[in-house]
Amino acid sequence: MEIFQQLTFLERGIAAGLLIGFISPLIGAFLLVRRMTIISEGLSHVTLTGITAGVLMMQTSAVFAFINPLYTGLLAALAGSLLIEKLRQVYKHFQELAIPIILSAGVGLSAVMISIAETGYTEWYAYLFGSILTVTLSDLLFIFLTGVLSMLIIGFFYKELLSISFDQEFASTSGISVRKINFLFSLLIALVISMSMKVVGILLVGALITLPVAAAILFAKSFRHVLLLGIIFGEAAVLGGIVSSYYLNVATGGMIVVTGIIILIGAAAVKKLLPEGFFSKEETA
Amino acid sequence: MKNSAAPYVLEVKNVSFSYGKQMVLEDINMQVRKGSFLGLVGPNGSGKSTFMKLLLGLLKADKGNIELFGSPVQSFRDWSRIGFVSQKANSFNSGFPATVFEVVAMGLYGKVGLFRFLKKEHKKKIKEAIGQVGMEQYMHKNIGRLSGGQQQRVFIARALVSEPELLILDEPTVGVDADSVRNFYDMLKELNDKKNITLILVTHDIGAMSEYVTDVACLNKCLHFHGNKNDFEVNREEMMTAMYGHNVNVIEHNHSHDHHDHSHDHDDLGGVRS
Repeated sequence: MEIFQQLTFLERGIAAGLLIGFISPLIGAFLLVRRMTIISEGLSHVTLTGITAGVLMMQTSAVFAFINPLYTGLLAALAGSLLIEKLRQVYKHFQELAIPIILSAGVGLSAVMISIAETGYTEWYAYLFGSILTVTLSDLLFIFLTGVLSMLIIGFFYKELLSISFDQEFASTSGISVRKINFLFSLLIALVISMSMKVVGILLVGALITLPVAAAILFAKSFRHVLLLGIIFGEAAVLGGIVSSYYLNVATGGMIVVTGIIILIGAAAVKKLLPEGFFSKEETA
Repeated sequence: MKNSAAPYVLEVKNVSFSYGKQMVLEDINMQVRKGSFLGLVGPNGSGKSTFMKLLLGLLKADKGNIELFGSPVQSFRDWSRIGFVSQKANSFNSGFPATVFEVVAMGLYGKVGLFRFLKKEHKKKIKEAIGQVGMEQYMHKNIGRLSGGQQQRVFIARALVSEPELLILDEPTVGVDADSVRNFYDMLKELNDKKNITLILVTHDIGAMSEYVTDVACLNKCLHFHGNKNDFEVNREEMMTAMYGHNVNVIEHNHSHDHHDHSHDHDDLGGVRS
């Protein structure tokens, strides 16, 4: 019985991990070509603000006693995502400024609320670095819902997202509503960041979004290749991280990221060793 | 004139535009008939690109009206009737992982519409458009690996794939070498002659385009000339002096281009960048 329960914990964690390993590279690919991968760092810290707010609400009000802080995290991520868009317009010539502003605001607010909340160190640690073993049924449901929603958005708006990422001006003249699609994209980033929170943690969320596509772009000739390879590398990082952390008895979130780094180094080495044009040759045939 | 009775594709009435206090365009009036090939020329900073953006609804005019196919640009929704090739096509992120096919497909996205996917007939159209610009053998190549001239052809294909009636090109030959420019203009001429696509070509390069176009408009804040090419030839010297402040030698197209500083590779059309 004890073993069975232990297994379900693990299974939950693995299911959550696989979902995240699939979706993070998808959004990462769009962020990559938009040169905006750094946004994931800013937003993850804002998500922490939402989570601390959620924890505080749970403690202080009976009405919110059963709320999962991941939902307030999602709301904060969405607000942060929209704020970043706004800031990028305000500081048109210094667009990267938006990220540190949002990031420090997020961390500052979180620090204040953490000091108020009467929660132990371990719970915060789980949010900071991820904790696959504490993925509850409610967490898994959250990850599943946000995952499905993200996939629907990517599936239905794939061509609009791609066109805007490649050439915003042309997209606009081809009749695509750039403003609406950019809003959806902000929502998408917020969804993916908040869903990864529990497994890899705030400090490591950016890794799953960035590392798989960073490896993929070394070989990809088309955008489709980036997505496909990104998903393969993402899932490999998640599975490799879970398995190795299980046997080495170390933090899973950290191991997932370390595996991602190893994949990236491996990909770079393979790229270096293969002759120039190795991949393009087989395509022309 | 072959198209003197053709309907207007574009009508610009008393349009003015300024960035803050700086007047960029003043009281522009212009009509473009279906089937014409208009060369819109002007020196750098003459407001050409701004004018394009107004036509495409990317900017809003302070004064005056712009009508595309008879409806005001603000409420115009039928964007697939217009193809646009921007100057920026020359400075896109060349590391972007997209194939020629993927890039050209983007030209159809607005037409295909939300919640819909590319169907077989769309894919056929994409291949046709790539064929029209002679890039079949590069269909699955990465866009960043093509030469400047080839990339520009791909961007034309992207604009053509939605089968537009009006094609607007903003400085499409910047960074393209002289031979490719000639081929490129031949291709435009063919689109104009055979498919009766109306063309508006924005350029500061009067020499090259003047053999190809049917009409000329000279812009430098105001519209200094707007009429058919023969009238332009007669008044050429006068126009040039009025616009540039001195007489520009435009008879020969020697492509020395000392008046701008684009440092793009001058690679030929056939070569692929390694």
